[in-house]
Amino acid sequence: MQATKERLDRDTIAMRAAKELKEGDCVNLGFGLPTLCALYVPEGVRFHTEAGLLGYGRLVMSDEIDLADWHYIDASGRFCLPAPGMAVMDVLTSFAMIRGGRLISIMGGLQVSERGDLANWNTQNNALAGTIGGSMDLAVGAKRVIVTMEHNAKDGAYRLVKKCSYPLTARECVDLVITDLAVIEVTSEGLVLKETAPGWSPEEIQDVTEPRLVLSPDLRDIEL
Amino acid sequence: MLDKVVASFDEAVADVPDGACIAIESWGIPATPQNLIAALKRRGVRDLTIVTHTFIPMVWNEDDAALPSLLLPQMKKLISAIVGIQRLGAGAFLQEYVDRGLDVEITSHGTLASRLYAGAASLGGFYNPVGVGTLLEVGKEKKVIDGKEYIFEKPIRPDYAFISAHRADRLGNLTYRGNFRSDSPMMAMAARTTIAEVDHVVEVGEIDHEHVVTPGAFVDRVVQIPEGALGSHEKQTAMIHMLGQLESTRDLLFGKE
Repeated sequence: MQATKERLDRDTIAMRAAKELKEGDCVNLGFGLPTLCALYVPEGVRFHTEAGLLGYGRLVMSDEIDLADWHYIDASGRFCLPAPGMAVMDVLTSFAMIRGGRLISIMGGLQVSERGDLANWNTQNNALAGTIGGSMDLAVGAKRVIVTMEHNAKDGAYRLVKKCSYPLTARECVDLVITDLAVIEVTSEGLVLKETAPGWSPEEIQDVTEPRLVLSPDLRDIEL
Repeated sequence: MLDKVVASFDEAVADVPDGACIAIESWGIPATPQNLIAALKRRGVRDLTIVTHTFIPMVWNEDDAALPSLLLPQMKKLISAIVGIQRLGAGAFLQEYVDRGLDVEITSHGTLASRLYAGAASLGGFYNPVGVGTLLEVGKEKKVIDGKEYIFEKPIRPDYAFISAHRADRLGNLTYRGNFRSDSPMMAMAARTTIAEVDHVVEVGEIDHEHVVTPGAFVDRVVQIPEGALGSHEKQTAMIHMLGQLESTRDLLFGKE
């Protein structure tokens, strides 16, 4: 029974996602798990927020309330600090950065389909039941879209699916999915299983994944 | 010289009629022209269309913060990218108003900014790759350009823009601070009448001309935020401390040690 086997915790998923970034990259970290990546990224990665900051500094911690300033908030609405080299811009410029492919986007997911469709803003067929913000712009426009999510829903339902049942954020936009079980690349041949969580076999991961997984020739344990 | 500085918020919104379309900058509490919103509520005009990036419920006292949702009973239409707070049921708080006829148009944030720019530049609209294949394409013209699919988006040309800025001179030249800049420059350019509430009014020449972000030609009225009023430094600091004391909001707003 897979459920009893250990899955990666949120910090480990964030750590693995952060490994996709290198010095000089500009990245937008979405709400939730992706924000944790900020703790693990290499030196020289610059953070972007839709509200119009590029290259902001560290978050204000909860015991430093006096440093908090509404003028500096990150992509998740947390207080951050200005940093040397930071650029401030209006939203039109900020979204030209997003839509023009200057950024890497790491965002959460509810479902990813085998052709890379992403659903991550809503579980109902009602636009009022979810919030879009900049997620559609990021999914369509980012240079690279990395989705971090739990491999399965709490009730065990597939999140890697043949076709998304939730309303889409964007079609054919996801490049890489990092879950608590695997690292999976979206290719024209389908979903390629590249790395597995320790102790999980490709067959066990296939069992909790709806579409057929293609095994990478250099399939290995997740490396951090 | 025509001095654009107006003495009070009530005076600044005195000509807003029933049925007006108003773009209001808001990123939750940050960047929101709270005093203009409060003044518009006092004015009591109805059938408003509100265009704003973030439209979240008023979960605190009106004396502590005023958000665009304060105007809900006066609205007939909302155009926004974030309606509600996901973990509090997103747009569910609007349902009673929707049932009574409120029209809600959901958009993505980048699309909203582009539609405002289209309004500002007198464009007839634009073909948008964002939203293709989603709930947002419903009812919109589709077109394939060079093999890629797009949907048509109309410009937004508001009657008024309510924005906040850091400094204004008497000609209406504006500078902003941090992410309070946000959608304000596009809203100011797109609206027929732009009203800015600002931290500081300064004399002409005090703003370095290289640092002007929104030129005064786009700004019609300026009101200085009085000490201790909504949006003042004192009020904002007090709000941060209040939210910082609550475990639920502390986790949302701050990193953890």
